[in-house]
Amino acid sequence: MTTEKNFLSRIPLWVLAVIPLALLAALVLLFVNTNPLAVTSAALPPVEELDVQRVTLPEPGLIVLEVVNGGPDPVTVAQVLVDDAYWQFEIEPGNTLPRLGRATIRIPYPWVEAEPHEIALVTSTGVTFDAAVELSTQSPALGGGQLLAYALVGFYVGVIPVGLGLLWFPAMRRLSRTGMGFILSLTVGLLVFLLVDTFLEMLELSAELPGVFQGVPLGLFMALLTWLGILAVGNRPQAAGRNTPEGRRFVAWLIALGIGLHNLGEGLAVGAAFALGEAALGSFLVIGFILHNITEGVGIAAPVAKDQPKPGWFLGVLLLAGGPAILGSLMGAFAFSPLVGVIFLGIGIGAIWQVIVEVGRLLQRDHEREGQPLATWANLAGLALGIAVMYVTAFLVKF
Amino acid sequence: MQKKISRREFLRFGGLGLLGGAGAALLNRQPGPALAQGAPIPSPADGHDGHEPEYTASEHAGHGGSGTVGTVDHEFNRFHPSEMLSDFDYGTISTLPGGQRLREYEFIAVDREIEIAPGVRFPAWAFGSLTSPEAQRRGGFVGRVPGPTIRCVEGDRVRIKMVNAGSHPHTMHFHGIHSAAMDGVPGVGPGVIDPGQSVIYEFDARPFGCHLYHCHAIPLARHIHKGLYGGFIIDPDPEKYAGDERRAAAGRNHQHPENREWQELFMLMNAFDTNFDKENEVYAVNSIAFGYMNDPIPVQRDKPVRIYLVNLTEFDPINSIHIHANFFDYYDHGTTLTPTLKTVDTIMQCQAQRGIIEVSFKGFEPGHYMFHAHQSEFAELGWMGFFDVQE
Repeated sequence: MTTEKNFLSRIPLWVLAVIPLALLAALVLLFVNTNPLAVTSAALPPVEELDVQRVTLPEPGLIVLEVVNGGPDPVTVAQVLVDDAYWQFEIEPGNTLPRLGRATIRIPYPWVEAEPHEIALVTSTGVTFDAAVELSTQSPALGGGQLLAYALVGFYVGVIPVGLGLLWFPAMRRLSRTGMGFILSLTVGLLVFLLVDTFLEMLELSAELPGVFQGVPLGLFMALLTWLGILAVGNRPQAAGRNTPEGRRFVAWLIALGIGLHNLGEGLAVGAAFALGEAALGSFLVIGFILHNITEGVGIAAPVAKDQPKPGWFLGVLLLAGGPAILGSLMGAFAFSPLVGVIFLGIGIGAIWQVIVEVGRLLQRDHEREGQPLATWANLAGLALGIAVMYVTAFLVKF
Repeated sequence: MQKKISRREFLRFGGLGLLGGAGAALLNRQPGPALAQGAPIPSPADGHDGHEPEYTASEHAGHGGSGTVGTVDHEFNRFHPSEMLSDFDYGTISTLPGGQRLREYEFIAVDREIEIAPGVRFPAWAFGSLTSPEAQRRGGFVGRVPGPTIRCVEGDRVRIKMVNAGSHPHTMHFHGIHSAAMDGVPGVGPGVIDPGQSVIYEFDARPFGCHLYHCHAIPLARHIHKGLYGGFIIDPDPEKYAGDERRAAAGRNHQHPENREWQELFMLMNAFDTNFDKENEVYAVNSIAFGYMNDPIPVQRDKPVRIYLVNLTEFDPINSIHIHANFFDYYDHGTTLTPTLKTVDTIMQCQAQRGIIEVSFKGFEPGHYMFHAHQSEFAELGWMGFFDVQE
């Protein structure tokens, strides 16, 4: 026993650390070279998985597809069908996509304005992968005018409603304690809705990701990391005292951040929908978003209603909460990436979760000071109204 | 859309624009002359704009972007659609004691991949025969889809040994007259032939006509659409007929000099469900998508054309053929010596229906004359081709 212990202790630490890795390398080499499991995969065709990440119509008579090979084996795109017709195409960098390889397929097809088109990629083994254009319209080109237009869409969806909501700040200052409880509860209700909504958006976007990226776990881990990160930041001394104006402002900043990330998701969806011609509602949709998001401003301002924030502070939270919608809209229109979207939405979930906890605590402390229970009828009504307003106004923006 | 389309651009519209005379007239914004039998054939040189048409043989390749990309590896297949048109398998011929002619065949069913569109390979089940012209040319067995086209004469004794070298039980079921035991269906006579087993089907060839054979093992749809089918042509025996019918029979019978006056083409309309979702991704005649688009069928314009047309398309109720700028006579099932339909330019067939088309390009302006299924979807999925009519 002792000799063995002495023997092991004489081996340098780095050797002990490397031994399992060396064995692992040997095992990998063995598997790659001899394929001991060949019996289970003999003569089976490769498992093919192609994910069409984006379909754009950059000019009349041209359809462009961006595809990713999300499967374990290389995939060769042999032919392309558009509306059940074989069609000419060019594929860059080449017909065969390695695992996780990307390719751009350009199809000179005379697509018809405002009508749907179906595209199928036929691989060398005859498997087909489908993509669709719901409503054909020319995709936005990366030019000044188009950039401005999509930035404006984001401005309407995010900045304007949050800004309008913040204008209730003077009115909120005159509210009684019960009224403040009501408004804070309303904020919690609003945030609960946003939490669910952001989570569902994350699930939806994850479905567009190739399986290897594990979209749902990725989103959830981003949420977890964000939550822990905010906890760490929130425990710093200068932010710790939630009863101080600084502490309350910190909570408001957090709300603005959570709402901002949610609005990024909304901007992403709206920008992509406009670009792909799916959102034909135009101004109706914009009005819907203004109504839907107007309570977000109330939520941000509620924790600091007793304080005297400077106008610059309001501008800051407005940009943090509304600005990401502009970024989202531009991304959705010009550089749609489900991967980036899932990451941002995951961050949003984590942030909104922690914001609900923070506002809840704020509410609880207020009530404890007054010796009142937390679950008053006014608070419950606020919570219910917060959720209800968001749910009903969502009718205007869900498509 | 309002822009006047020049003749050259019109030609560029190619397959799409040409999918119907009406469509062509619309595109041209010029009423086309009514085509009646005996009317002078309009030539592109009679163009209203006075310019010579700038049509060249290479232009057919660019059908306004429609069509497959690349070329099929025919060497991989070891059969070529251009050769399949006139490759008839006459078997090994001998005479029975009673004086009856005997044709013996050895068919082998195999599993093999075939390339049906450029780069797209289909896991087929295929028949081949040791006496088929491909096997002779290549010095060995070739499993092909469609299987070898059996050609015999009314009254011949036909003896076919079928060896199942595939992975599933198969049969050969002939559309013809024979005994129940020789019907090649499960549970009757020899029934299904297991892998590694063989069977002999034997019967007298009748009635004359354009027929077919296919595997009748179950599940039937899969055994058919995987490729186990082929043509079975029984030529009429002129000795049995008199007058006009005798002359017609001689023209149909490959043993008679009158038959040399015809250009005979075998075309089997088939389709492939490459992703096995019960809908076809590829349509063709003789398996290769756009095969006769890429290699137009040469036609001597003064030699009448006889097409043996068979439909074995699975999953779609019917298939059809339309020949452009011409009209033809049609013999349903090929079992008559006078046409069953006269002066038509489109006919349709349900699965296993077949017939003979007789068409002439005599006096026509040389050029590419299109033919295709007049289900536009089938046409654009590969069932489209050209006759290259030459002087």
